[in-house]
Amino acid sequence: MVSFVPGGAKVATDGAGFVSANLFQSTDKKGAVVQALFVTLLIGALTIALSAILGILAWALVEGHPRLDADLIFNGPSTVNRATAGFSVAILGTLQIIGGVIFLIVPLGAGAALYLEQFADRGKWWNRLIELNIQNLAGVPSIVFGILGLAFFVRGPFSWGFVAAAGSATIALLVLPTVILASREALRAVPPSILEGALALGATRWQAVWRLLLPAAGPGMLTGIILAVSRAIGEAAPLLLVGAVTFVNFAPSFFEGGYSALPVLIYSYASRAQSEFHVLAAAGVILMLGVLILINSFAIWLRARYERSW
Amino acid sequence: MNSPIEEQPIPDEVFTLKDVSVYYGSSLAVQKVNLPVYKNEITALIGPSGCGKSTILRSLNRMNDLIPGARVEGEVLYHGQDVYGPQVDPVEVRKIIGMVFQKPNPFPKSIYDNIAFGPKTIGMEGDMGDIVENALRGAALWDEVKDRLKDNAYGLSGGQQQRLCIARTIAVQPDVILMDEPCSALDPVSTFKIEDLMNELKKDYTIVIVTHNMQQAARVADRTAFFTVVSDDEAGSRVGTLVEHDVTDKIFSNPRDQKTLDYVTGRFG
Repeated sequence: MVSFVPGGAKVATDGAGFVSANLFQSTDKKGAVVQALFVTLLIGALTIALSAILGILAWALVEGHPRLDADLIFNGPSTVNRATAGFSVAILGTLQIIGGVIFLIVPLGAGAALYLEQFADRGKWWNRLIELNIQNLAGVPSIVFGILGLAFFVRGPFSWGFVAAAGSATIALLVLPTVILASREALRAVPPSILEGALALGATRWQAVWRLLLPAAGPGMLTGIILAVSRAIGEAAPLLLVGAVTFVNFAPSFFEGGYSALPVLIYSYASRAQSEFHVLAAAGVILMLGVLILINSFAIWLRARYERSW
Repeated sequence: MNSPIEEQPIPDEVFTLKDVSVYYGSSLAVQKVNLPVYKNEITALIGPSGCGKSTILRSLNRMNDLIPGARVEGEVLYHGQDVYGPQVDPVEVRKIIGMVFQKPNPFPKSIYDNIAFGPKTIGMEGDMGDIVENALRGAALWDEVKDRLKDNAYGLSGGQQQRLCIARTIAVQPDVILMDEPCSALDPVSTFKIEDLMNELKKDYTIVIVTHNMQQAARVADRTAFFTVVSDDEAGSRVGTLVEHDVTDKIFSNPRDQKTLDYVTGRFG
């Protein structure tokens, strides 16, 4: 009707211009609200997770700061000199355990991952069974591994007794599935075309794996191993079962005599009545968290340093 | 006037394929291929997707062995010796018959180490610096990289990476170079450089190239083999087959088979 009038055409054009100027204005009010809600929810989740960690750290600092001294690292546990007791024996025990764990998981983890990725025939049922079991083992509670260690390493076939070696072997078994899974990921990240290229030059499969695949996957595998080690440092439950006794006053020997470990001694201090020990336990928590942050940062740095896009 | 045979003497046969069929598991991928490959020539394998041209190429140096379930029937004769014979070590085959792949696949190492990898691995004698330089010169890459041999090979452009892969292949001094669509991931300028290089290389090597690009076959190949896909009604599957092979000019101007003509003129595939 308007368009019949000469001026009406102009009105219509103006109208069209008006509409096109608002082309990009959001019409989905509901969508915007849902999105805002969702982002708030995500930030909330992050805040809760972060505040839990920061809370523990803050508590440990407030509680433990009076004992952040050299005695903490260099003195052994004592019930007499409560003000100067420390973690030295437990630190040595943890170092021994971790040393043994690394010694065991590097060849076993890398070897198993390499076999599964490169040499195992997926068509064979036993290889699929092994794969499935490794994934299941990664989810088995640590206390179960403690019982296994007690039955196999402390008593049973190995009969080592309650020694650091038994703790090492138990923790190694505990973290081995994680190491294998992480190593397989690292191996899989190397494109098969690179191995093909080596084989096309007349390299044997073994040469291609040893000279190309392992160096290329190495940093990724190492990252997995370091993260496994940082988990191993914090494990207390299986160690309690394989004899990490809490009050030894001598430096442990790997295959003989009692031993202790950081988390076990923290647990022991924390459950005593005297308040000095609670301070000591808090200081021990800071010590352990410090070591963990150091190790994890190293793993992250390593990953970033050698990260490669193919 | 000379007879055509005297005019163009047939060169030595490097490969003779006799009734070669390749299976993946129980399914037939390509059937009964009979094909000669001549010395110091470029032989192109062309055809639509799934026609088995790459499969045939990979059967020449036993790269198919790496695919679980792959099986070759018939005879792949290299200078008369069956590549799939009982006494044959596939690793030895691949030393003599090198391969360049579709996507450049340099090793995550320096340019120098990429070239040196092959000679070191197979235990070649001689000065490694010379071997590397000769290989890079052979692949027309030396002038571009001589000042940065220690740099990572991933810093090179795609075309340079592919020429590095060719240099890597000729560093182990093979007799034959197989190329599986070597230019399909490259821009036209890099493609031209590689085609140029192929013409250089055929003086010393025998080259078999798979290509999707018919113009490329027409430009570089001395002989061309055309493959296609046929429906196998019995098995209810599609099987690759060799339609014909001849001097490249003949394939592109006056092929014997209608299917070839349809393909090279763009009416099919």
